[in-house]
Amino acid sequence: MQDAGLSIAFWLLAIASVGSALAVVLLRNVFRAALLLISCFFAIAGLFVTLGADFLAMVQILVYVGAIAILLLLGIMLTKEAMRGSPFSRWQVGAGIASVLLLISMIWVFNQTDWPKTNTEVALEPTTAAIGLKLLDMDAGFVLPFEIASILLLAAVIGAIVLVKEK
Amino acid sequence: MDWLHWIIYVVIILAFVLTLVMSFILIERRVVGRFQLRLGPNRVGPQGILQPVADAVKILLKEDIIPSKVDRVVHLLAPIVTFAPAVLIFAVIPFQQAGNGLFFDLKSTASMVDLDVGVLFIFAISSISVVGLVMAGWASNNKYALLGAMRTIAQMVSYEIPMVLAVLGIVLIAGSLSLADIVDKQNIPFILLQPLGFFIYFLGATAEMNRSPFDLLEAESEIVAGVNIEYSGMKFAMFFLGEYAYALAVSTITSVLFLGGAKFPWGLLPQSFIWLLVKILLVFFVILWIRSTLPRVRVDQLMGFAWKFLLPLSLINLFLVAAEGMLPSGFTWPIVALNVTLAVALVVIWANRFYRVGGAKVA
Repeated sequence: MQDAGLSIAFWLLAIASVGSALAVVLLRNVFRAALLLISCFFAIAGLFVTLGADFLAMVQILVYVGAIAILLLLGIMLTKEAMRGSPFSRWQVGAGIASVLLLISMIWVFNQTDWPKTNTEVALEPTTAAIGLKLLDMDAGFVLPFEIASILLLAAVIGAIVLVKEK
Repeated sequence: MDWLHWIIYVVIILAFVLTLVMSFILIERRVVGRFQLRLGPNRVGPQGILQPVADAVKILLKEDIIPSKVDRVVHLLAPIVTFAPAVLIFAVIPFQQAGNGLFFDLKSTASMVDLDVGVLFIFAISSISVVGLVMAGWASNNKYALLGAMRTIAQMVSYEIPMVLAVLGIVLIAGSLSLADIVDKQNIPFILLQPLGFFIYFLGATAEMNRSPFDLLEAESEIVAGVNIEYSGMKFAMFFLGEYAYALAVSTITSVLFLGGAKFPWGLLPQSFIWLLVKILLVFFVILWIRSTLPRVRVDQLMGFAWKFLLPLSLINLFLVAAEGMLPSGFTWPIVALNVTLAVALVVIWANRFYRVGGAKVA
């Protein structure tokens, strides 16, 4: 019963995310494309929930829907050409080749990677504390990448201030 | 899964939200009426309590006008996307804690689902309502609606940051993101331990729900009505209800996070959902009080207030909480005294600076 529900949820969310991702690429109306991108982010958050990653699902919505997608919409609103839809680019062939190459390399990487197999039962336990401890663990954790990421963010913030500062 | 549990809670939450939203509309009109030295609606039923019903019937009978050049699908979905998150928030609200209560005892916390990431859930879900407002602003094909939508984005993205940072202080003290745990830890209400955090959260939340003095997205004198200018009938009602449902959500979250939820202060009386209700109404009264006291701020003042006043104060607050977390336990009352003093001093100093050099001064 539990497994059947999970499979149904997985397939519904997978169809929703792939379908809206395709629509993002194919739609001519830029604003609707951005809205469908939001629905794609939602479906991915749903997939995280089915995998028992509660913290990741919430952060997915908070960061991608609440911040990135909103800024994308603001960008579209401030663009004059957005009303006329997206015109065909002169780089169609090049873009096609690049995306096919990217797809092939990703499929190859997915096939080559030795994914660690867990038992099929999804462990429904809180992940927040575990993520926090792992991030700041000195010995077996990710404290160095964590600190590097925070310095990168600080540099980005300072860069943004310098860029917009009045002369 | 226990299907009965879900069905019962869906019914309870819908009843709770709809009843309180209806009464909030009436309370707002009556209370603001008193603030403005008039009576407010008092004709329909005793003391006007049937006024919301009359309004609802009227708005349901109105014609639903769809302008010819709108993006029809997005125009239709926008009110729904705005309204739904406000109701979803109540899925994690603990209406009463487990254990002995005033009227009845409970085996487990009375909430639909006690998520381990409850606080994150609230902020994630409430950030979605911006999408609905932006959809309405764009799809209406109206310049005032678009201006309102752009103001909304700027305002909501800016005020979310100090708001979340202020609530992080609560999370640090309680050591949990679950709302039931946060209420359990409040032997004294967190508003005493976190006066500055409460101040920042409350102002940020007032701006997030676009209430006066931060209601720039529907500033009538500048942009007519903002995002909902092209809406009529039931769709307009959805925006209207959404606004009040969000006010209810903010009052409830404030009560749960800072005022001790269903607990009576210091546990003098057994806990009960009645206390939660009283606190919700109290917080809503303060929101109305602010609304009828302060004039609307300008756009530049609005952004400056978020970035130059609330954000630095929320960072200082977070630092203070983290530092106080190092202290051994048992210093509750000295910390309360220290935090209240610091909160008052910091707000006064920073408000002074903001007024002189931060651009708050009216030229």
